[in-house]
Amino acid sequence: MIERRRFLKSVLVVFLCLGIIGCVSVPKGFLKPSEGYLEKRQLQMRQYDTTNEEQIITAVAGVLQDLGFTLDESETKLGLVSASKKADATSKGQVVGAVLLDMLAALGGSSSNNTARCDKSQVVKASVITKPSLDRKKMVVRVTFQRIVWNMSNQINRVETINEPQIYQKFYEGLSKAIFLEAQKI
Amino acid sequence: MKRIRKYCGISVILFSIFILSGCATTAGKAFETNESQVKLRSIQTRAFDTTDKKIMMQTVISTMQDLDFVIGKADFTLGSVTGSKFLGQTVVTMTVIVRPRGEKQLLVRANAQYGITSVEDPGTYQDFFIALEKALFLTAQQVD
Repeated sequence: MIERRRFLKSVLVVFLCLGIIGCVSVPKGFLKPSEGYLEKRQLQMRQYDTTNEEQIITAVAGVLQDLGFTLDESETKLGLVSASKKADATSKGQVVGAVLLDMLAALGGSSSNNTARCDKSQVVKASVITKPSLDRKKMVVRVTFQRIVWNMSNQINRVETINEPQIYQKFYEGLSKAIFLEAQKI
Repeated sequence: MKRIRKYCGISVILFSIFILSGCATTAGKAFETNESQVKLRSIQTRAFDTTDKKIMMQTVISTMQDLDFVIGKADFTLGSVTGSKFLGQTVVTMTVIVRPRGEKQLLVRANAQYGITSVEDPGTYQDFFIALEKALFLTAQQVD
């Protein structure tokens, strides 16, 4: 009788554990601003000395085209332009390393397929928002990039937000030029 | 004899379970929610004392951007903003709808998905509305 009760108890404990694990699937707090969000703003935002919303958003669409993006969606009333671009994602170092690992595995008599897990292609998404600054004397532009990377067997290898300053810099250099060109009607 | 009957009974039950579970489609799973419709609305909705839809939507967009969302779609007429962000390997998508409530207020409703799970935790939405409040300099009011 005692044994039976013990058995029931352990079943209950296991059941509770499973129940608790089931509940943790969605983490909390992912809609809270992270600590570094002000620095990210600095990286992603620029101000331009104009109040001409149309000029800025046309220049944004132009610079996205210059960078080879195709437009997915736009809402000019809110100053939104979102675009995407497919690109190659293979890196020689990664492929060479994977091939070496596969050869070593083959020599050791086991089969492995690291090569298939190498990055192959990527889709980069860009989303640009233009809006008047708080004092309405300037235009604020904010761009964000994210990318999805596929491997050689066409599975998604990883998804990430792009935080490299060079990429943002390149975009804003292009935008400054485009604004200048638009202003000069070239 | 009794035993055989017992086994037969059990196997009939098991068999019918298999047959019946085979009939159910999984499409219904997409429409299931853990919370009631009314409760979900109150978790996901807040009212603000302003009527400037454009400023509200622009603030929603910049709040979402501060939270690492990349805005994919927006529509001023519908008042909708949709964005996505990545947490490790999981994609979080969120849609926010802004619409008028009476003459003096705007309603903001957010709903988020974490991977293949709908987010129904009140605290998570509260975090979003706190961030939105700060950006708007207005108080978010609970709606019944």
